Amino acid sequence: MSSVRVSLRSARLARVGMDDDAADPELGAQPVKRPPLGQGFKTPLSHRIAEKLIALMALSAVAAVALIFIFVAKEALPLAWEQLDGMRLLDLFLPRTWTGYHEAVYIWQPVGTPEKFNVVPLFLGSLKVTLLAMIFSVPLGVGCAIYLALYAPRRMREIVKPVIELLAAVPSVVLGFFALMVLATWLQDAFGWHFRLNAAVAAVGLSLTIVPVIFTISEDALAAVPHSLSVAAMALGARKYQVALRIIVPTAAPGIAAGVILGFGRAIGETMIVLMASGNAAIMKPFDFTTSVRTVTASIAAELGEVAQGDPHWRVLFLLGAMLFAITFALNFVGSVAIRRLEKRLTAT
Amino acid sequence: MKNTPKDYVLAGATGLAVLLIVGLLGVLLWEIVAGGAGVISGTFLTQSPSADMTSGGIFPAIYGTVVVTMLMTIAGVPVGIATAIWLSEYAPRHSRLTTIVRIAVNNLAGVPSIVFGLFGLGFFVLFVGGSIDDVVYGPGTPVWGKPSVLWASLTLAVLTLPVVIVTTEEALRTVPQDLRDASLALGATRFQTVFKVVVPNALGGILTGVILAVSRGAGEVAPILFCGAANFLPYLPTDLRDMFMHLGYHIFALATQSPNVDAARPMLFGTVLVLLVLTFSLNLVAVVVRSRARARLRA
Repeated sequence: MSSVRVSLRSARLARVGMDDDAADPELGAQPVKRPPLGQGFKTPLSHRIAEKLIALMALSAVAAVALIFIFVAKEALPLAWEQLDGMRLLDLFLPRTWTGYHEAVYIWQPVGTPEKFNVVPLFLGSLKVTLLAMIFSVPLGVGCAIYLALYAPRRMREIVKPVIELLAAVPSVVLGFFALMVLATWLQDAFGWHFRLNAAVAAVGLSLTIVPVIFTISEDALAAVPHSLSVAAMALGARKYQVALRIIVPTAAPGIAAGVILGFGRAIGETMIVLMASGNAAIMKPFDFTTSVRTVTASIAAELGEVAQGDPHWRVLFLLGAMLFAITFALNFVGSVAIRRLEKRLTAT
Repeated sequence: MKNTPKDYVLAGATGLAVLLIVGLLGVLLWEIVAGGAGVISGTFLTQSPSADMTSGGIFPAIYGTVVVTMLMTIAGVPVGIATAIWLSEYAPRHSRLTTIVRIAVNNLAGVPSIVFGLFGLGFFVLFVGGSIDDVVYGPGTPVWGKPSVLWASLTLAVLTLPVVIVTTEEALRTVPQDLRDASLALGATRFQTVFKVVVPNALGGILTGVILAVSRGAGEVAPILFCGAANFLPYLPTDLRDMFMHLGYHIFALATQSPNVDAARPMLFGTVLVLLVLTFSLNLVAVVVRSRARARLRA
């Protein structure tokens, strides 16, 4: 009993000492009340209010995500019931034989009469640039991660890792500028492309933003694989490359997959690079990477500034934004599931 | 154990990837420095653009970027830090609410920047600004309900929120649990423990997060396209409701919408160099602060 009293008293004394600290005006203003011995103290009201405030602010991220979706979708939603002259909702997604055309086509032509808003060419453009960028950047990002995690001397790792992360710090408008002013000319000189700005140039530019994403997440995953696994494999006589490819990479696979998925999400949502370097013509040629493309993001960025608020065109652009949001939301979800699976796998071993 | 040929192949191929990326970054930096260094001068940094933006300087763009970034920091950083403190110090480990907040933070980080632009326009400019106008000035007079410094800053604040949250939470987690236990055992309240023990010890890491968020926000263009960035303004923004010029937007405009691209080229390279120096120096400061903070925690 007495020991409890002593500890209570010392706890109280310590608390009093803290309350006397004049450096904190909020706490210093509290009059020091000494509760009778043996009676627990209550957290001061000001602390409880501050804690409630913190909890309230913690909801900001949830509110932000909800508000983003609500207010982007809100501008697009009237499409469902508003009277659009000459345009049906299905025309947004299905091909249609417009007057003057011989066959049903997918066409994005917001300034034509009638206005033609088929989103398929834009999504095709986005997909084309993104997939091509992934083809470049997955081997590069994962390759860098494997080299740094397995082969690079410690010194080198400490230099190269921040350097690659520095690439992530380059603003995307600067990468777009680089692709537009420098890469486009070089690539055209090298391959003799007819169009200076095309899907391939935009994809190379995009790779510069997503390699750091894929690299950082993959490297974290590879580095998190327990050393005991590789040591055990080595002890069983495995070569270093066997350890790398059969033990470390497979164990870290969910993390690498997460990096690839998140990189994909980043690429499909990237705006400035494709806006500046892709040429921005909505051409429906799925497998030709040397023609220019118009992506979803670039269309929003280029066209929204010139549309009247509430116009069908305005609404379609917000619809594109809402769809983009939904796609990246899904990709992020899958990516975080993959990372959680990796964590589970690593804690199980 | 001796390396086999296959080892050399794997090491060579992956090493090549490293070389390629580092090389590309080198080329990027070299091109920008070589093209832009000659343009940087006192006039360039302190004057307004003139002659269709082919001569003069970029001072209004620098000014606009600094103003927007500062407002963004003031608006976003406290909320981000509070969220991180809640997640790390208060959130019940396995509650549904914690999971929802975490999912929201993760997803916010993945929302495309152009969608933030739509959000800024739809929510801040049209909804919040428009509602203020309707209530205060009566319908039909856009005073707040138009693109401005304020709305662009708030949009960027939402965009950088996850950067602040994630890095701050990481910093708070590196503070040893012993310190918290010791503080609580001495009779400090939870609030005192958090603000007098945990946060001061994580200050370096928190600062790193803030700087990284500032660097990210300073370079984003897509979110402010419709929320207040202007191609050219003859005056500096003095009011929250003014529009502004911005380094990133200036680069975009010079590179794609200039009537005379060749004449604007030196200005363009100079602007890119200024923006890059700005973001890189912020990142460099962040790296230094972080390594200092780590060294301190280890000691």
